[in-house]
Amino acid sequence: MSILEVKDLYKSFGKTQVLRGISFSMEQGEVLSIIGSSGSGKTTLLRCLTSLERADSGSITVNGKTVFDPAAGVKLTREEARENQLQFGMVFQQFNLFPQYSVLDNVTLARRLHAKELPDYASRKKQIIEEIETDAMYLLDRVGLAQKAKNYPCQLSGGQQQRVAIARALAMKPAILCFDEPTSALDPELTGEVLAVIRSLASQHTTMIIVTHEMNFARDVSDTVLFMDGGIVAVKGAPDYVFGEGATPRMRTFIGKMG
Amino acid sequence: MSMFWSVTLNLLEGFGMTLTLFALTLLFAIPLGLLIAFGSMSKLGKTFYRKTSGSEGKEKKPFAVYPIAALCKFFVWVIRGTPLMLQLIVIFYGPGLLGYDLLPRFTAVLIAFSINYACYFSEIFRGGIESIPKGQYEAGQVLGMTRVQTFFHVVLLQVVKRIIPPMGNEIITLVKDTSLARVISVYEIIWNAQAYIKREGLLWPLLYTAVFYLLFSGFLSLLFGYIEKKLDYFKS
Repeated sequence: MSILEVKDLYKSFGKTQVLRGISFSMEQGEVLSIIGSSGSGKTTLLRCLTSLERADSGSITVNGKTVFDPAAGVKLTREEARENQLQFGMVFQQFNLFPQYSVLDNVTLARRLHAKELPDYASRKKQIIEEIETDAMYLLDRVGLAQKAKNYPCQLSGGQQQRVAIARALAMKPAILCFDEPTSALDPELTGEVLAVIRSLASQHTTMIIVTHEMNFARDVSDTVLFMDGGIVAVKGAPDYVFGEGATPRMRTFIGKMG
Repeated sequence: MSMFWSVTLNLLEGFGMTLTLFALTLLFAIPLGLLIAFGSMSKLGKTFYRKTSGSEGKEKKPFAVYPIAALCKFFVWVIRGTPLMLQLIVIFYGPGLLGYDLLPRFTAVLIAFSINYACYFSEIFRGGIESIPKGQYEAGQVLGMTRVQTFFHVVLLQVVKRIIPPMGNEIITLVKDTSLARVISVYEIIWNAQAYIKREGLLWPLLYTAVFYLLFSGFLSLLFGYIEKKLDYFKS
């Protein structure tokens, strides 16, 4: 069973059709990169998957459960919507760390808030918080920032902030981790450290969808590459195929421009 | 007892009223201002489509009507657009004109001040809230936080940091605006000082009131400086 199945997704903003029938599926442990020029709908697709936008029509099925299908009358309860929200982790282009919290607190905040709903929270408070912090420190160590746990986001470089954002997303144990152009807001010399973290996640078979402009990176790290053009999936397949024989003329032009 | 001490004690008593009015106004105006701010940002309403003939033939032009926001903005316009003194008089004498009992003087002043300052505060709050990047709310959402959790745990402190300077301004203005209460005979410090002119022909007690205002606004400036410094540890 696929972990994610998207069928015929449509989305317009006003008169502009951004997604015009997107369908694809992905398996557990798969790394899927989405490439395409600006305005091709990559980010909108990701935002529809992560519930930051609501698509107009089509269906989204996560782990066998249909979470979006207005035509079939699928409507999630608040609890189900939140459960589905947490299936997807999201790393933003602009990091979106919480500036007033330390690095550690950025990673633990949401889990600490969720923990308050546990029935045994009052009696096990100390132990629960400890567990959450231990997990967070482990994740910060994985992104190489354990020694910055007490720092604030404004004291970190862009690359470090993005690595904290990755740890923060991982802390929720998402089934699928999504990246929206994770290196586009970074200075060129800082992209490497972020890509290295994503690469190490890929080697551990973390299921990921990565919207990116880093062509070489997409090529190395992905199991599947999806080239979007004008709101549709123009080419999809293994990197060698997509960048090789599968490439449409428009995609060749696009890759040429990206260098 | 020397004249100086008797004047000082008398002014101090008036200043007690000034401070009471100041503190109670803040107590009511801040939550009310937050309510008006949320009201004027409310997207509750309906979008209509108006058919117009544009360059591409017939087009449908959307326009949104948000009644709660419109009502709040109208209210803010009226309150900010008329003198506080007038509002004071309307609230104190208005009920009488309509045949109702008058409110106690202090209550009337407190209502007028709270409403007036709430409107100014609401615009500061709205500006502060709207200046927080959408990404902060989205980050909260994808981490499974509710909107209320995101507002209180993520957005609020960032808003507070941003609105401290304009709030400082407004709050120091309030200290001095309390002197308007005298127009409906609430005995605050200026009233007490003016009584010396009428009764004994003494002007200096009126000038002396400046010392009280200066000391208190100096204290407020220090307080706001302290809060600003406390929030200096993060940038947003």
